[in-house]
Amino acid sequence: MSTPKETTPRRFCSPPAPVTGWGRFPAREARLCANEDLPLVTPHATLSRGLGRSYGDAALPAKAGDALASTVLADRLLCFDPETGVLRAEAGCPLWRIIELFLPRGWFPPVTPGTKYVTLGGMVAADVHGKMHHSQGTFGAHVVSILLEVSDGRQIECSPENETELFDATLGGMGLTGHILEVAFRMQKVPSPWILEEVDTFPDVRSLLLALRDAGQRWPFTVAWADLLNPPPLFGRGALMKGRWASPEEAPAHPPAAKKSFRVPAVFPDWFLQPWMVRAFNRLYFYRAQRAKGGRVVHPETFFYPLDALHDWNRVYGPRGFTQYQCVLPVEQGFDVHERFLYRLRELKAPVFLAVIKDCGPEGRGILSFPRPGISYALDMPLSDRTQHIVDELNEIVVAVGGRIYLAKDALTRPQHFRAMEPRLERFLTVRRKWDPSLRFRSALSARLFGDQA
Amino acid sequence: MGRALARELSRRGHGLFLLGRTEGELERSARDLELHGAPPPVHYARCDLRQPELFEGALATAETALGGMDTVVVTAGLFATQEELESDPRLTAELLQINFTNTILFCEAARRRLLARGGGTLCVFSSVAGERGRKPVVLYGATKAGLTRYLEGLDHRYFSQGLRVVTVKPGFVRTSMTIGLKPPPFAGEPDQVAKTVADAIERSRPVVYAPPIWALIMAVVRRLPRFVLRRADF
Repeated sequence: MSTPKETTPRRFCSPPAPVTGWGRFPAREARLCANEDLPLVTPHATLSRGLGRSYGDAALPAKAGDALASTVLADRLLCFDPETGVLRAEAGCPLWRIIELFLPRGWFPPVTPGTKYVTLGGMVAADVHGKMHHSQGTFGAHVVSILLEVSDGRQIECSPENETELFDATLGGMGLTGHILEVAFRMQKVPSPWILEEVDTFPDVRSLLLALRDAGQRWPFTVAWADLLNPPPLFGRGALMKGRWASPEEAPAHPPAAKKSFRVPAVFPDWFLQPWMVRAFNRLYFYRAQRAKGGRVVHPETFFYPLDALHDWNRVYGPRGFTQYQCVLPVEQGFDVHERFLYRLRELKAPVFLAVIKDCGPEGRGILSFPRPGISYALDMPLSDRTQHIVDELNEIVVAVGGRIYLAKDALTRPQHFRAMEPRLERFLTVRRKWDPSLRFRSALSARLFGDQA
Repeated sequence: MGRALARELSRRGHGLFLLGRTEGELERSARDLELHGAPPPVHYARCDLRQPELFEGALATAETALGGMDTVVVTAGLFATQEELESDPRLTAELLQINFTNTILFCEAARRRLLARGGGTLCVFSSVAGERGRKPVVLYGATKAGLTRYLEGLDHRYFSQGLRVVTVKPGFVRTSMTIGLKPPPFAGEPDQVAKTVADAIERSRPVVYAPPIWALIMAVVRRLPRFVLRRADF
């Protein structure tokens, strides 16, 4: 029995077309190559790209027209061990699929970012964190093993026991150590599929920050939202959301139903989103939070993924797009620097439409992982001619106080600022050069911040 | 598309057996389907539309492993653009062979097995491309037109003996097959198509357009006069 010669053309790649991150800025042409069998498309790609949920240029090619390996068709679950909770899946497997299948069986990912529309490969590459960073660390803390295709084409299984240096560089390495093919991580057993949430409001930013730190001692999940468009004395008033898995006695008898979601039908015109609208929205949100004070049982998706209910919400910011500036500031010197940072936003007239504040626990093992002990600020700003200046000014403060920025969100940080805030960069680049001497793997981000050739 | 449909059937608890071209891929897909709810173990066998000599054996293995099978689903097929086909006669011959002759040979083998056990469902993916002769799909569309007519005839001939034929006519769906192509309006997602098709299988609907909006679109396209299709580029 002879196999006929294969004459099928390998049509794996799209023609060059502009791609962007979630912030819709910047854009760069790329060919996206995808197949269910991921290793068929990785050999010629300079980078892997998942669902495109990093905000800036992390999943964009270094050079216009480069081929990217799109992982989204490589989305199979490979094995699950109910004894240990270890789940292994292909890199393109989206988090929503894992939740859909495993929450009804009493399991949930130990760490989740603020959206479920991310891939496992992306979660490793950005070493994502969430409302549970102070209690659970980053996603990388729960990764058991990564199958990585390195620059010479070999597939390396790296883990905390094997090729640890490569493992540590890959966690938070923004895909620059190779193509992540498979990820194994430990799921968490949950007592019920419901969340018990408690909401509190605070009249100013200092009380909000103190309460956030304090709540972290008792609650596994915490997050704060602040209104940074109000003038003082209301500047920075906000809400603190605390949560934990509900016990079987507290939870309703029925499982949480699938959430209804809506889609933003088109890119809004850029004049649409006006500060007065955001101010009005913030006021409404604050009063709603005041009314919701006290404990209640909520759908886990309402708690973890409030914005997923509105698909393509990034279109609201119009054709120019937006940026999310996220940094973590240490708390060792107290909260004065935090207040100064936030008031600097006001002086700069930074149009912060959404500000999310999180408590960060100890640093993880990823060499370039973002979180460190302190408080993280994620600030959504529509893009304008002033945005670069605002980001530069904020980065000056971050450098001065020993904080750092989150690469998965960044589009505008200058290389000199990044180097000044990242003493760990040299170590990362050394490991990277060892495994990829010709710097085959690169992105628009690595060209911008590390000086890679485009 | 086959993967999305198999997952949907797994979620609904159906027992599955997989046919495909490479062992390693089949093994991974089998584990994926078990985790999606298909009763384990999901078995598989190698089968390739290029090799009709494998059909009988593969179907026999499936029937044994499942302990009798009530439904056969065919999602495999070859796609190439009209330009690729016109510049490569060998590719044209292969596409005609796989999408028409060999697919029908496979369906014949499946039909015989289903009828032998008193009936069952044969669900085959044809395409809206077979509804009219159109510029970008002259050759591909011709194979799908032939396949659609064959399935229609099969339905008429064997319905009384218990054979239920489900002809699926997908419109444009974002899969690895269409990756290089520009998605038209109303492009579908595999998961959504899978739900539509799984419903059609469970209810034995003879013809199903997926996404359903394509029934409407094709109703219009079928009525377009010749001079329009000569000028139009779709």
